Amino acid sequence: MSVEGFKHLIDSFFSSPSTVFIGSVVGFGLFFAFVRFFTRPLVAGILTAITVGFLAFAVTDKNFFIIVTKPDNVPIVGMLFLLGFFTWLAFRKAVINDLRTEKGEPIIERSEKEEKVFSWPDLVYPEMICMIGLTVLLLVWSILLKAPLEEPANPAAAPNPSKAPWYFLGLQEMLVYFDPWIAGVVLPGLIIFGLMAIPYIDNNPKGNGYYTFKERKFAIITFSFGFIILWIVLIIFGTFLRGPNWNFFGPFEYWDPYKVESLVNVNLSEFVYIKWLGTGLPKFWLTREFLGIILVLAYFAITPLLLAKTVLKKMYLSLGLFRFNIMVFLLLTMMTMPIKMVLRWAFNLKYIIAIPEYFFNI
Amino acid sequence: MAKWTDKIAKSQVWKSVFRHGYPSSDRNRSLIVLSNVFLHLHPVKTRTSGIRLSYTWCMGGISFFLFLALTVTGVLLMFYYRPTVEYAYNDIIALREHVPLGIMRELHRWGAHAMVIAVWLHMYRVFLTGSYKPPREFNWNVGVILLVLTLLLSFTGYLLPWDQLAMWAITVGSNMARATPFLGSEGPGAAFLSLGDIKLVHAGDDVRFALLGGRFVGAGALLRFYVLHCVFIPLAAAFLIAIHFWRVRKDGGISGPL
Repeated sequence: MSVEGFKHLIDSFFSSPSTVFIGSVVGFGLFFAFVRFFTRPLVAGILTAITVGFLAFAVTDKNFFIIVTKPDNVPIVGMLFLLGFFTWLAFRKAVINDLRTEKGEPIIERSEKEEKVFSWPDLVYPEMICMIGLTVLLLVWSILLKAPLEEPANPAAAPNPSKAPWYFLGLQEMLVYFDPWIAGVVLPGLIIFGLMAIPYIDNNPKGNGYYTFKERKFAIITFSFGFIILWIVLIIFGTFLRGPNWNFFGPFEYWDPYKVESLVNVNLSEFVYIKWLGTGLPKFWLTREFLGIILVLAYFAITPLLLAKTVLKKMYLSLGLFRFNIMVFLLLTMMTMPIKMVLRWAFNLKYIIAIPEYFFNI
Repeated sequence: MAKWTDKIAKSQVWKSVFRHGYPSSDRNRSLIVLSNVFLHLHPVKTRTSGIRLSYTWCMGGISFFLFLALTVTGVLLMFYYRPTVEYAYNDIIALREHVPLGIMRELHRWGAHAMVIAVWLHMYRVFLTGSYKPPREFNWNVGVILLVLTLLLSFTGYLLPWDQLAMWAITVGSNMARATPFLGSEGPGAAFLSLGDIKLVHAGDDVRFALLGGRFVGAGALLRFYVLHCVFIPLAAAFLIAIHFWRVRKDGGISGPL
């Protein structure tokens, strides 16, 4: 296959958010299903080599080079490698600890529990070395890479695309699927609330102060899904793959501002009254959005009941009514994002409830 | 030489500063930590597993170091930067053009990006080691607020260069505030808040207006973001960092298996 053919293949895979997102979720699932395999140093080393090799090949491409070497994007590439490394490190240690527990041996952290050393020099010196190392890194980084500075601010000329700072691009990506009141206010608020609620929801006494996966699978998978998939992957979307008009571009694709994307997103009410019943939309918003309101209420009211009776029965008994409901509410809220994404890709669904009269669209 | 160093170490001036000998004995190693205001953030002795780099990743320490580095570089930048529409952009240009080898802004910007990354990794490490579990629930919460403050610090600083990148990033970010339920002019519920035909929540008094000090990102927003960035949020963060460190010690030091 020619180089161009290969690039085209990559671009066609990356040309829509659905393939990339579902691909990431599959990769995420495989990692946790075969965590012992993926954390072997050899496997992790090969994966790193493939990634670095691909990156080395990719920067020879003009379009890829332009995006990746934008000054503000360089730290994101660094962050991805750091995150990959530390995720490997954490789960490697978790796997080793879990294997030791299976054999009846104490985990590494516990076997060292009673050992204590003087903070001077064993803690203070590493801190000093760390500070010096970081200072050197920052100085070299600052000398090599100039901070970006564009044209003076001009309220009359909006750049295309206009992007939020990179750490908020996950939220900006949510704007594709949700209205600003959800993507920009309610969901960020609930992320903060959810993070703060974690220690009070998670009453599993195991895994306190050491790496483990087996003893707290649910907590680790849920949190990692939120952090890696719904935060970091969406930042990658927003930084590297979203171009002019917030269209989705492959990594080697030219950011063509005139790229045409068909947008025929349909509300649930339009499905019901126009496509299925053929009567036209009712005038009154409550009649019009009846089905959507029922569905959303059912999602948040009935799913917890079903979960408590079935798959999460044990958790319900252990957490109690109050904790369990908060946990499931947060979980369901988190899952609204992937659910809305899939509905968009599969049915071009825009809003489940659409009441523009009151700026209330879900 | 040895005679001189001995003489200095035994002089009244030296002894008034350092109340103990060189930290080569266990006693002096304890005293140096106990009698130094900075070092006494540490306990005299720490658990081996708790200070292993592969356990802590050093991300909390790196976040704090970056916070300090950003404070120092930020104060230096404040000497040269004026937060007005008239001067802001030109002052940034001057920092680049008029200062030989000027990398102060680079240090500040890349340090800020690094701090965001370090804080995220710190949170992930604390989660994966289950270090938010009792008795550390409250400190995890302080950490969450510090994470939010870090992002807000970065966000408010993003506007200050007053270039296209800055202005439109803040425009995109602050447009969301318009949609705050009840408090934003285009948020759900705002329509109910009216007296007859008079809207109580409109573009001239909603939460976005309060944030920007105007209807769009202009002079008012620049000044507000500058004050938030240089005074208010750093003070709040410093306050919470103190609590965060204090609680690390009070809740049993760096986490380890119970």
